[in-house]
Amino acid sequence: MARTRPSQRRTDDLIPAAANGLVDRRAFLRGGAALAAVTGYALAKPAAAEPLKDDPWSRVPGETVGTYGLPSRYEKKVARTLSNPNGEPRTQHARTPHHLLNGTFTPNGLHFVISHAGNPDIDPERHKLVIHGLVKRPLVFTLDALERYPMVSRMTFVECGGNSAPLFAHDPIQATVQALHGLSSCAEWTGVPLSTLLEETGIEAKAKWMIAEGADAPALSRSVPLKKGLDDAMIALYQNGERLMPGNGYPMRLLLPGWEGNMNVKYLRRIKLVDEPAMSYYEARTYAPILPNGKAYRFYFVNEVKSFITHPSFGHLLRGPGLYEISGLAWSGNGRIAKVLVSADGGSSWAQAALQDPVLPKAFTRFRALWRWDGGPAVLQSRAWDEAGNVQPTRAQIVAERGQSARTPPVTAFVSQHYNGPTSWAVDAKGEVKHVYA
Amino acid sequence: MSTRKALAAALALACSGAFAAGPNLGKPITPAEMAPWDISIPPDGAGLPLGGGTPAQGEKIFAQKCAACHGENARGGRNATLVGGDKIVNMDSTRTIANFWPYATTVFDYIRRAMPWPQPRSLTDNEVYALTAYILSENKLIGPDDSMNSETLPKVRMPNRDGFILRFPEKIQ
Repeated sequence: MARTRPSQRRTDDLIPAAANGLVDRRAFLRGGAALAAVTGYALAKPAAAEPLKDDPWSRVPGETVGTYGLPSRYEKKVARTLSNPNGEPRTQHARTPHHLLNGTFTPNGLHFVISHAGNPDIDPERHKLVIHGLVKRPLVFTLDALERYPMVSRMTFVECGGNSAPLFAHDPIQATVQALHGLSSCAEWTGVPLSTLLEETGIEAKAKWMIAEGADAPALSRSVPLKKGLDDAMIALYQNGERLMPGNGYPMRLLLPGWEGNMNVKYLRRIKLVDEPAMSYYEARTYAPILPNGKAYRFYFVNEVKSFITHPSFGHLLRGPGLYEISGLAWSGNGRIAKVLVSADGGSSWAQAALQDPVLPKAFTRFRALWRWDGGPAVLQSRAWDEAGNVQPTRAQIVAERGQSARTPPVTAFVSQHYNGPTSWAVDAKGEVKHVYA
Repeated sequence: MSTRKALAAALALACSGAFAAGPNLGKPITPAEMAPWDISIPPDGAGLPLGGGTPAQGEKIFAQKCAACHGENARGGRNATLVGGDKIVNMDSTRTIANFWPYATTVFDYIRRAMPWPQPRSLTDNEVYALTAYILSENKLIGPDDSMNSETLPKVRMPNRDGFILRFPEKIQ
């Protein structure tokens, strides 16, 4: 179990911001003494009270540098969790370990993947992208051709519509933030704006939608409003500087910043402009959350404003009272994060968290807050606002509008989609962190 | 051409919406070349292929190519049942073809593009029509002798067709 130790430094000058130990966020802005007083979230063991010496690795030349770097062998636990490790004939999920990462961008090997029939082994020289339907000139593009187009880069998250679904369970499931929220990741994507290619094909006046389809075994297809296609959609070729990972759509995917992950069609081979949506399997049947009146939402495009605390969270252990950094992730499919509040008393009082630069639209934003734990019970929670004025709903509001399960299904089940309420972590006197509803 | 004339020509081209921003490296493709990939079938049935199939034909194909995962007579096995389903009341309801899927065309489209799971797009169009007819018939959404083809399939009325609310209508128009 990961452990964190409080700071031993003097922190008398920190200004309280909310009940149960939350410290004013301006401590971050002042820098200097206040900032230096904070150790932040530390996994290291305390320094031994004995003279320093050279360890064996300091006294011999190290390993030969390889062609493609991998993390230290001591970091093997920082890995995705797999729902279907033997590749049985059903969907596979690989979840991002948010509780073991920091910062805002997800390393490519840890980016979440949902694969409905395995990752196809696509030869990039033979892959083609066709744009046809209600266009003036149907065209086919090779990867080589797309490489010559003007490109753009943007940092943006991709989130499965079913991410956070365990929070619809009747009782709080004791699971890591990876299990609860690991179907969302953030990367720098680079590629060709779709609008550039649509200028080349031309668009018939009747076109209102586009059907995007992959070159994977199930030829996964989704209908996307053309309005989004002309807004900020991209044919993404690069992920954090290197070509897309096979699980993330190699050699090209449709990127729809801020919109439901499944619509960001991987292995993109076809875009057909049409006047009406296709009502494909995933939009007609799967990503249509059922409401308490038995009706279901259709086309839940946007991943709405969300936040959760990653440090500390379930699986972490706090070792004694003192000053800790609370940090977490916030994002919105509607734009930038405007504000994140954190509570240490289950939502009775709130302090404003510091937002770490850069705060980018439709991208992970890291928030940080200082908390002096007095060793007593605490319930930690965050709540985010986006620049469009949307606020993360309370769990009670979501349950009132969307309902909740009467059961507590396995943590890997998808009882509904698009949960964006809070996640609450209860810290007990032993420093253990549990998942609670508050 | 003078510089001014060249600029004017370039501007006119840009304003026409064509050939504006990119190096124009897309290669033309004809509908005939496109046809093997042009497999999406919307609710109005546009693009449905020639041919057809009956529930009886589909039953035989199902036993051979589908029952290993979806169970005998499509009643569920390692993967989902394709027959029956209680009325949808809330998120704990199990979504099935009969109680949830709004359009019969989606059944045809999904079988043709994604099934059988280990060998997608190995079925003939007639086999896809027959399997679609079999599943719809087992669910009593069509009669036991009704043939499915490009005329009949889009006319099948699914029970939950009007059970949906657009979440973000403003994002569509």
